[in-house]
Amino acid sequence: MIHEQVLKCLREKFPGSIVETEEMPADFIPIYQKNWAEIAAFLRDDPDLRFDSLQCITGVDLGEEGMDVRYNFHSMTHLHKIEIRISVDSENPKIPSIEQIWRVGDWFEREVYDMYGIIFDGHRDLRRILLPDDWEGWPLRKDYETQETFHGIVVPKVKEEWE
Amino acid sequence: MGIVHGDEMVLNIGPQHPSTHGVLRLKVHTDGEIVSKITPYIGYLHRCFEKHCENLTYEQVIPFTDRCDYISSMNNNFGYVVTVEELMDIHVSEKVEHIRVIMAELNRIASHLLALGTFGMDVGAFTPFLYMFRDRENILDLFEMTCGARLLYNYMWIGGLSHDLPVGFVEKTYEFLDYFEPKIKENDDLLMYNKIFIERTADVGVLPPEVAISYGVTGPNLRGSGVQWDLRKDEQYSIYDRFDFEIPVGTGQMGTVGDCWDRYWVRTQEMKESIGIVRQALKQLPTEGDVQELVPKKIRPPKGSIYKRTESPRGDLGFYIISDGKPTPVRVKLRSPAFTALSALSAIAEGWMISDVIAILGSLDIVLGEIDR
Repeated sequence: MIHEQVLKCLREKFPGSIVETEEMPADFIPIYQKNWAEIAAFLRDDPDLRFDSLQCITGVDLGEEGMDVRYNFHSMTHLHKIEIRISVDSENPKIPSIEQIWRVGDWFEREVYDMYGIIFDGHRDLRRILLPDDWEGWPLRKDYETQETFHGIVVPKVKEEWE
Repeated sequence: MGIVHGDEMVLNIGPQHPSTHGVLRLKVHTDGEIVSKITPYIGYLHRCFEKHCENLTYEQVIPFTDRCDYISSMNNNFGYVVTVEELMDIHVSEKVEHIRVIMAELNRIASHLLALGTFGMDVGAFTPFLYMFRDRENILDLFEMTCGARLLYNYMWIGGLSHDLPVGFVEKTYEFLDYFEPKIKENDDLLMYNKIFIERTADVGVLPPEVAISYGVTGPNLRGSGVQWDLRKDEQYSIYDRFDFEIPVGTGQMGTVGDCWDRYWVRTQEMKESIGIVRQALKQLPTEGDVQELVPKKIRPPKGSIYKRTESPRGDLGFYIISDGKPTPVRVKLRSPAFTALSALSAIAEGWMISDVIAILGSLDIVLGEIDR
């Protein structure tokens, strides 16, 4: 129900923002990243939707299909939830930041950046969070290759060596 | 707080510091004693949980979830198996459900005891810590009796449990509950209503509800701010709808709603509620049945994804799992409640003194294992 409501609202307010397919998925809403910051602010502030709680941001690398950023929202006021998915280009991963709309987005986005190298446009403090600042590569990408050495320490690649 | 105009000093708290509850570094800018800016640096305990999950089968992930929030491993197991079971549409037997609830609630008590004890230690009260650890020990003994492990249990499996309850478990648990119930009051009198403790925590580090929600703070920290929100009631999972329990929320008894004292108080009340739930579950516990009856031989959830949350002692513990029908998950993402609670630290602790920052950090009850994964 809330799913249809969000679809309807977004079609009205932001025409062309939803990735329209013949069979619309039932458990999430795929949208384009173009107006994402405005859409996000609308989702939070609209009195009928009121998604005041950003539950989780998950980055996913789907290999050839590119990368996905998935947002799980929840409304503490109306007790409903929704999942939004936005595809990003693997070559030039960029997406508008929503860090200033939900403050928890700050660390969540930093984590996705840390693991996938997705740039969140407009994030005020986008740097690595879990890994060291000088880490090379984006570990959760499918094409990630472990670096040869880290600060002069050889990284063992054969399992038997470190087991 | 008053404004002092002195030279700014940058102080590093941690990574090795008893009050950081693990390996956490806080870069603190101070003006005299007053903190003007806090930047937490995390990741010292990063063990690549999510990367490991790419190469593990679904059942092999369970021991890894133990090691995320190592203070409440049962609850982490619970959250993960419930999520996979929903993805696979498995409905476990009554007996399994009851045992899971008993274990999760016992672990919640153990986790809160540790949280409260270390919080007391952070503000300078050492004795209650020992008392609480003595009581926590009894719960660990019960777990040891059940599955052999005292900290990392790997007890809940997808579709069942690793062991049935041992002979004498029910009696021992009743014995523990009878012993422990009066101890809560003893601990409260010792620490919670202690004048010095109240002075140190009441009105300190107030977390307003709208800030808490914006920062994704959940669990006892959110309830301390007066928001009645508990997934066991609000987003019902397992069999929590069958038990009668209250959701305590902070009321600002000693100061303002959402101060450190309220967060402490909520945890003590939650322990009482957990005792009630364990008692009810023990009463209804079916004796017959095999706990591994429904454990699938091959765990291959159908193609799809799921995000599910459960109430861990620290708040909303979410798992985002993507399956492509193979025995290994495409992606397992853990949404950690301590991670979001720590991200709110700078919002609530700036403007307080260094000693208050330590108290606020203690009241948030963070576990670095879960933050860094």
